[in-house]
Amino acid sequence: MFRNVSELIKLTEERNIPISEVMIQQEMDESDKSREDIFAEMERNLDVMEKAVEDGLKGVESRSGLTGGDAVLIQNYMSDHKPLSGGVILEVVSKAVSTNEVNAAMGTICATPTAGSAGCVPGVLFGLKDRLNPTREQMIRFLFTAGAFGQVVANNASISGAAGGCQAEVGSAAGMASAAAVEMAGGTPDQSAQAMAITLKNMLGLVCDPVAGLVEVPCVKRNAMGSSQAIVSADLALAGVTSRIPCDEVIGAMYQIGERMSSTLKETAEGGLAATPTGKALAAKIFGSAVEKE
Amino acid sequence: MKFRSVFDIIGPVMIGPSSSHTAGAARIGKMARQLFGRQPKWAKIHLYGSFEKTYRGHGTDVALIGGLLDFDTFDERIKDAFKQAEEAGMDVEFIEEEGSADHPNTARIKMGDDQGDFELVGISIGGGKAEITELNGFELRLSGNSPAILVMHNDRYGAIASVTKVLASHEINIGHMEVVRKEQGKDAMMVIETDQRIPEDILEELGTCDHILQVVTIAD
Repeated sequence: MFRNVSELIKLTEERNIPISEVMIQQEMDESDKSREDIFAEMERNLDVMEKAVEDGLKGVESRSGLTGGDAVLIQNYMSDHKPLSGGVILEVVSKAVSTNEVNAAMGTICATPTAGSAGCVPGVLFGLKDRLNPTREQMIRFLFTAGAFGQVVANNASISGAAGGCQAEVGSAAGMASAAAVEMAGGTPDQSAQAMAITLKNMLGLVCDPVAGLVEVPCVKRNAMGSSQAIVSADLALAGVTSRIPCDEVIGAMYQIGERMSSTLKETAEGGLAATPTGKALAAKIFGSAVEKE
Repeated sequence: MKFRSVFDIIGPVMIGPSSSHTAGAARIGKMARQLFGRQPKWAKIHLYGSFEKTYRGHGTDVALIGGLLDFDTFDERIKDAFKQAEEAGMDVEFIEEEGSADHPNTARIKMGDDQGDFELVGISIGGGKAEITELNGFELRLSGNSPAILVMHNDRYGAIASVTKVLASHEINIGHMEVVRKEQGKDAMMVIETDQRIPEDILEELGTCDHILQVVTIAD
């Protein structure tokens, strides 16, 4: 079993296979399941992601009323304007937002690696669909590659906002998505690792400060920004740009930062945006009205 | 390493909004239900740390109740679990604990019915994964990833051998085993992880072994 990114990359070189294949082979070893079963399970997850993207693009609203409808706004803007940041980026962003809006509305999603960060991976995957025309198998492989990087982060740092802040959630998710995008675009395993490192470096220190403790503000927009960054990092890595700090050391730095982060900034809704005047007013309004209803 | 499957990372499929506070909580509830062996008539759920501070917004309460009702993380009935519990005749109370726990996402569940009660502590460790860290006062670490049996027994010689002998006679392999006790010569507990699910008749046979007080099981 690979313990870190450098071992993962070494396995791809020794066996001359892509990252997704290392992950599939390891899952077969660990679970004693057949390749077909593992592929089928991942395809079910892919189906859930696809449905969540579609549902969000039809327009949803959360119970609190804090989030919902932005994916539709972005899609409408794209159809009657020429976006400043280009079509692919906004396609990715709208689908990431769509997924997180469905999540906030207590819809069905697939955690990647968590629910609060569930937008980045499917956003990048389905946002790139028209650009790269992947086969269904390539789309499933995208998820295995993303999973391989997520597993390294989970085992060496954290993927929980309560333990490591948002850097551990949207940071990990955006990194995973960028690494998987590189493989789907035909890049090398090392380029995937570079994309992961470049993405995560820019996410270091990101706190988890949900308004009213809800997975809505700023989570939905953090997924929007995380997914856009994933695409940019993937392009940098494909261009041959490398990270001066190796990927595993970036993950180590993330762990250390998470350890030192105040608990008020780790999903407790006691600091950051949650503690702003507006954040507190929203919390009072939501829980005030929730209590009245009961 | 805690995360061994790709589906710990890409998954679970779940009802939103939070993998640690909703899906992980549902799994804690479901493990509690499995360990208790039946649906409890009442449950008192103490919440600590981030669970205590944000449970309403994350649906941690409905997820824990859903788990106690044996719902999976993706079961849409989680959304109205309070109503489901009422219909199922299960009385649930939440207690917000100010004190800190070892893990930010911790729940202590006391549950029972006419036949007995049970107390355990569960933690949600991220990405929808959960562990049981305490059961009836015994410290342990139970992930629910592989089938496991928990045997409450008297701390006497031969108790462990009698259990492993039964398992061996049914050709059941033990993957991991742990024995804990509170005090020498008093109550003790074995936690045995096996490669396959243990059928009901073997559990009953284990219950009849010398010095065995109670046998419970968990299988994912």
